[in-house]
Amino acid sequence: MDLVLVNLIDGLVTGLLLFMLSAGLTLIFSMMGVLNFAHASFYMLGAYFAYQISVYLGFWMGLLVAPLIVGALGAGVERYGLRRVHQYGHVPELIFTFGLALLIEEVVQFIWGKDQIPYEIPGILEGAAFAIAGNTIPLYKVFMIFLSLAIFGGLLFVLTKTRVGMIIQAALSYPRTVEALGHNVPLVFMGVFGVGTALAGVAGVIAGPVLSTFPGMAVVLGSIVFVTIVIGGLGSLGGALVASLIIGWMTTFAKAYDMRMEDLLTWMGLTKPEPIWDSAWQDLWTLTSPQVADILPYLLMVLILIFRPYGLFGKRDV
Amino acid sequence: MTATTHKPQSADFAGGGVTLAGLAPWLIAVAFLLVMPFIFTSNSAITIMNQMAITIIFALSYNMLLGQGGMLSFGHAVYMGVGGFVCVHVMNWDGFFSGLPLPVLPIFGGLFGMGLALIVGSFSTRRAGTVFAMISLGVGELIAACSVIIVVFFGGEEGVSGDRTYGLPVFGIEFLQQIEVYYLIVFWLVLSALGMFLFSRTPVGRMANAVRDNPERAEFLGYSARWVRFYSFVAAGFFAGSAGGLFAINYEILTEENLNLATSGTILLVTFLGGVGFFFGPIIGAIVFTLLQTVLSLQTELWALYVGALFVATVMFFPGGLAGVIMMHVPPLVLGKLHLLVKPYIKVLVPGLVCILATAGFIEILFHARHAALGDDEMTLYWVTFSHLNPLPWIVTGGLAVGGFWLARRHAPELAEAWHEANTDRRASA
Repeated sequence: MDLVLVNLIDGLVTGLLLFMLSAGLTLIFSMMGVLNFAHASFYMLGAYFAYQISVYLGFWMGLLVAPLIVGALGAGVERYGLRRVHQYGHVPELIFTFGLALLIEEVVQFIWGKDQIPYEIPGILEGAAFAIAGNTIPLYKVFMIFLSLAIFGGLLFVLTKTRVGMIIQAALSYPRTVEALGHNVPLVFMGVFGVGTALAGVAGVIAGPVLSTFPGMAVVLGSIVFVTIVIGGLGSLGGALVASLIIGWMTTFAKAYDMRMEDLLTWMGLTKPEPIWDSAWQDLWTLTSPQVADILPYLLMVLILIFRPYGLFGKRDV
Repeated sequence: MTATTHKPQSADFAGGGVTLAGLAPWLIAVAFLLVMPFIFTSNSAITIMNQMAITIIFALSYNMLLGQGGMLSFGHAVYMGVGGFVCVHVMNWDGFFSGLPLPVLPIFGGLFGMGLALIVGSFSTRRAGTVFAMISLGVGELIAACSVIIVVFFGGEEGVSGDRTYGLPVFGIEFLQQIEVYYLIVFWLVLSALGMFLFSRTPVGRMANAVRDNPERAEFLGYSARWVRFYSFVAAGFFAGSAGGLFAINYEILTEENLNLATSGTILLVTFLGGVGFFFGPIIGAIVFTLLQTVLSLQTELWALYVGALFVATVMFFPGGLAGVIMMHVPPLVLGKLHLLVKPYIKVLVPGLVCILATAGFIEILFHARHAALGDDEMTLYWVTFSHLNPLPWIVTGGLAVGGFWLARRHAPELAEAWHEANTDRRASA
């Protein structure tokens, strides 16, 4: 039971981190109808910028400044890149962001090299917060949970309670009407893109020290973020939250509990072929849950897309 | 893709008959392919040409989806990879392979690629656009991840390898040498390119274009957009699989790398760079990309950075790709006004080229200064050897970059004017 609690916390950290990325991505999608393939690259940029700043000014300045730089970069990409490609249609937009992801990875390698950089947890957040039956929970994880919850609280407040939030929500559904009312919709788009990428930047800043900062970190998380918003339903913030948590917990539990295919097959009444390494079914018999943990989200996405293309909470067709 | 694709030149084939004008490019291409090994005789050149030919088939197959069917796939490498793995397994099947002529082998790859496409296509082609892209990504990641788990078929981390020379000799040829493999690949290249071209002329191929441009309207005409997409998808799977078979013959080894997202992304890059609007676009893309990959990577570590920048610039400024840029010059040529463009082109392109080369040089010096081993400040750039501590190269490359940009920018309006003039038909307006 105690182990379950520990895994619940671990899964929550992963899930919230995923949500910080997918929230921005799904907002951007509902506005512009374009899936930003480079979203995880902005997450990577966040980690790298924060590292560079932390070298001179410490971790906290990095946490404050890096997302702002990332957000400004994102807004620039929207203004000078995407807006230009938009006239050609959705598929070129998707290809543009895909190319941008490649380019950002190369630029990062150019500036910081191919190896992992020593971006570390600040001293004040090191150590354990508390322990559950001998399993310590690091203070940094608690910090991550609270920071992400605070950010979502703020985001929810801005989106639902403020005037800017109202305009954004209106522009999501009826951009032309909002424009006719005298609001600068392209500016709203640029702003949302900037905020979305800044959120990805925050995720990068806090995830960099624990998940390690290297040029491949965008690829590792990139496609999972897509999977998350597709499962949750494109354009749905609540769906993104639920999907993030499902994926977080699913992968954590699959990795923590070593469930074996062998047990399942024996339970079904099959006998294990001997010797196992000669059998054509050896891979099926030796399959374990940690092995498949990383592909479970993809499996879930393909199933969701086949049986419910709207995603869990989506209203509109992908 | 609606805005970027141009109407194929259907006029040549309006009668459905084979004309000399329609056949000429094919004959020239075949003659060219046959003569190439006599011009570039070195082994490395033949290796590059083999790789190029395989990439061409793969890119053409990809363009059946992206260019002709309007389906953006992020997992096309899977069909090529699976086809290749099957072919390696056939190679290792002693009793069967010793009675099988090697040139037939890619058919097995093609059939298995097609089989996989049949299964995946049955649910993924229901819609185009983002749904299709996402399913292709999911399936691609799924199968790439499976390659590490299902060791029997994919061979785990180290992949599976075979030996092509165990096959039944064809007219005494055992395919020991690269040059023999080259002609085998060329045979398949011509066959598949012709097959794919003819497919695009069949009613299904034509309807694929219609479905790409306006699925709703195609449905109203009584065609099922889904089935039209499905047929294109399955055919593309066949050709991708046979490209995989050729890959297996050429390299005799397949690994997880042949299936993963990076390979799928590369083929998207190749195809888009060449141009998705024309049948020959992917061919240009494959040639240019393979050259960049092999030649540029020998010169600089940063080749992927340049290719990435080129790709992004292509998407932003030339969505028609290289083929689109070439075909833009057809109307001035028809009007007989191509000569008007020569002078403005020189005025803009020469400074532009200087700017690009100087920028690349500046980046190289910067890269060397940042990442070279301590004390190693000697570097060679454009056949000049100097130290990166010397400020002169920085100033020269930086100055040339800025100056070239300024000059090109200055002459750009002139080019735009000449372009407009060259595309205006005076006789028609008079």
